[in-house]
Amino acid sequence: MRQRLESISFIDIILWLFRTLIIVAVIWGTVATIFNNPYSAENWIDFLVFGIAQGSLYALIALGYMLVYGILFMINFAHGEFFMSGVFTATVFVADPLNQIGFLNAHPILALIIITLVAMAVSMGIALLTERVAYRPLRRAPRLVPLITAIGASFFWQYFFRGLYGSGVHAFPTVDALKGNLTIAGIEILKTQVVVIVASVLLLIALYIFVMRTKTGKAIRAVAEDKDVAALMGIDVDRTIAITFATGAAMAGAAGILYALLFRQVHFFMGFVPGIKAFTAAVLGGIGSVPGAALGGLFLGVFESVGPSLFLEGLGITASYQLKDVIAFTMLVLVLIFRPQGIIGERLAEEKA
Amino acid sequence: MAVQETDWRSYLRVGMIAGLIAVSVSLIGMVETFNGRAIIGEYLSLGNLLLYGAIFGGGFVAARQHKGSTASCLAGGLLLGAISGVMLNLLVLAGTPRVAGGDPFLRQYLLNVNNNLLAILLSGLPQPSGSLALLGISSLMGMLGAAIDRVTPRFRRPLLVSLGVVLLVGLLSEVVILAWGVRGLGLLVRRLLFARKGLSLPGAVVLFLIVFALHLAWTAFSPKLKAWTARAPERRRKQLYRGKAAIGIIFLLFLPFFLRTYLTEVVDNVGLYVLMGLGLNIVVGYAGLLDLGYVAFFAIGAYTMGVLTSQADLGIAQMSFWSALPFSVMAAVLAGIILGVPVLRMRGDYLAIVTLGFGEIIRILVLSDALAPFIGGAQGILKIPKAQIGDFRFVTPESLYYLILIGCLIAVFLTWRLRDSRLGRQWMAMREDEDVAEAMGINLVSTKLLAFGIGAAFSGLSGAIFATKLSSIFPHSFNLLISINVLCLIIVGGMGSIPGVVVGALVLVGLPELLREFAEYRLLMYGALLIVMMIARPEGFWPSAVRRRELRGDEEPIPEPSSAAAGD
Repeated sequence: MRQRLESISFIDIILWLFRTLIIVAVIWGTVATIFNNPYSAENWIDFLVFGIAQGSLYALIALGYMLVYGILFMINFAHGEFFMSGVFTATVFVADPLNQIGFLNAHPILALIIITLVAMAVSMGIALLTERVAYRPLRRAPRLVPLITAIGASFFWQYFFRGLYGSGVHAFPTVDALKGNLTIAGIEILKTQVVVIVASVLLLIALYIFVMRTKTGKAIRAVAEDKDVAALMGIDVDRTIAITFATGAAMAGAAGILYALLFRQVHFFMGFVPGIKAFTAAVLGGIGSVPGAALGGLFLGVFESVGPSLFLEGLGITASYQLKDVIAFTMLVLVLIFRPQGIIGERLAEEKA
Repeated sequence: MAVQETDWRSYLRVGMIAGLIAVSVSLIGMVETFNGRAIIGEYLSLGNLLLYGAIFGGGFVAARQHKGSTASCLAGGLLLGAISGVMLNLLVLAGTPRVAGGDPFLRQYLLNVNNNLLAILLSGLPQPSGSLALLGISSLMGMLGAAIDRVTPRFRRPLLVSLGVVLLVGLLSEVVILAWGVRGLGLLVRRLLFARKGLSLPGAVVLFLIVFALHLAWTAFSPKLKAWTARAPERRRKQLYRGKAAIGIIFLLFLPFFLRTYLTEVVDNVGLYVLMGLGLNIVVGYAGLLDLGYVAFFAIGAYTMGVLTSQADLGIAQMSFWSALPFSVMAAVLAGIILGVPVLRMRGDYLAIVTLGFGEIIRILVLSDALAPFIGGAQGILKIPKAQIGDFRFVTPESLYYLILIGCLIAVFLTWRLRDSRLGRQWMAMREDEDVAEAMGINLVSTKLLAFGIGAAFSGLSGAIFATKLSSIFPHSFNLLISINVLCLIIVGGMGSIPGVVVGALVLVGLPELLREFAEYRLLMYGALLIVMMIARPEGFWPSAVRRRELRGDEEPIPEPSSAAAGD
């Protein structure tokens, strides 16, 4: 018993040192950067706004992880591919042709709505198919098994769409109406960023209402609480799970279009990194609540956008923008190690493991 | 009557699914790419096999569920094939150019719908007869698939096995010819069996019959052999076992002479993956810790070797391979333990994601300019010397083969001894249930860290050999896909099974190296394979006994000990 206590405290000390080290590094870097002051205030605001736009995308994608994890306690590794499939298909089959015939610039709002709906529909279709084929037969299998099929599904879809549309980067057509800046409260913001932020907020609110106020949303929450009891209450569990997947995928599909507006390109590998980052966001916010996912996404987006310049440059690291992803992954690791319940979430990981 | 109706419906459904699969593989370009690989002369290519394989398999599956008479079953298969054929014809219709000579209609959206694909689908015939041929072949394939199910079980297995062997030999014919068919006896056999590309038609028939006969003979003979060994005294059985092992070792020792240079090169790559697979097998298979960042240790092993031995500017010590090797392995072990400490409290999927994060962090760091002065960034490390004993340098694939073989044998021996040791049993107890294992007095901290450390050691060794094999290392060789490859191969082989790792590496690494066409679709097939394996055969192709029971636990009851069964 004594030995056990000692070994645990030893690990605790190491973790504690690790944490201190990182906090010291962050503070050191921040202070050094502020002293040197290589950027102007406008630069910082740009970083911040870009971070918020990107973060709201992460939040949208994170919802899918959160919903599925809430119900099945499974990391849907293929969620990033749902995100990619919708926007890729919509770009190739809808956005490009609409752009060619001039419809996109003649009626930008209508065209973007059509494109988004197509992307959402494709994402939902792919999600439903994946759920039916790769996840449903394994409902009662050990937990590692569906995770492995999810990894398989992720790679399958990536290379499926690569085969379908090619391995090159497709340009998402530019929308003339969204060119240029908008001045809000004296700050110049890119119009696309405004659209992304506003649309994300609207979608998040819509999803919140869907989950909290509708009967289907109630069913989803009931199944998340206890599948067997929910089945006894007359809820079709399989159907509810499928709806959950579809809802998350629809959000991911919409996020895909917003992503394409922001970065103006789509390719078959585009789902992977945003997928993992969105998962980070979901964990960060505390898996299990819509506001948590939103908060986690925003937090991660801002951190990632401001971080390289703020923490790393002060430490004298060259080309810090290359390490943007390292910040996101480090955050993922840190959150999972030190606060698996997230910022405002409940502690799910251990009790349900 | 009602039963009959649902049966037809199941044929319809399977037919649609098979058709959808056939259309999908055409759309993503697999059919066209694989068509270049002839199996039987100009009669059958890998592309055809892929296209009609789904229909054939669909027929088999649908007939399996069908309980009716053979005639109705065959008719069902015909219907199933016809539906798939109609779907493929729809694809042909959508892909046919509106204007003669122009690009097909769908072409502007989907790269792979082109005249080549249409020609393959239509068997190279002009339009009306081509469509009919497509429909006819599809229907026939559906019916054949259904017919296979109705063959008496005694013949079904030999039939499928010999069919498989013929297809495999045909598939690898280029390699087979290059390696053995150049002179002497090999040339004679080549003239008899092979066409210019793939097997010749008579050759395929002859091969099929030979394998079929051999298989029948073996099924008749093997029970007797088994009975004989079962009756033999313990000492004799042990001798037999040792004899087998000795034959295996001798076979491995002389393999390069038999395989020639190109195939030896392939086997070298397989060997490196076997090493990594054995390491990950300890972490995932024994200890049950799903590690998706496993490539990190491979990279650390390779980079340590590179930095310590390189003759270029980046090298700091210019050591020899042998003196750097322990450092490489130790660095990997250390990394395994350092990365292991923070994740000690984590389980299952969170662990997977964190290790994935670690792997990505290491890859990005290696690639970044920030660390470039030390490890070369995107330019990598060059001029890594070859391993050397006296004046002999390990340069050729054949000599490297022995280096890798020694590594693999050591790893196999260690894994095998560890599995049944106290530590191995602790790992497995931990895999089954951490809390119970801890309650039984197992120190989770040291047990987990040992799993991470030993697993990393094998990977580091593999990385070190990899570095000296290529003489230069670049960050791009160490991406996530390697982790996924290794994970796939231990899952396909069977988690926790040593022969499974070898089988998995042969199938998943060796086969794609031999078939260049696979390169582009490798991960697609891995993904599909992972899903199919997890659903149909989660214990892998060569499972360890414990794992089979565990993964099938929910479907089948654990077999009772034989004494209890006898008591009933």
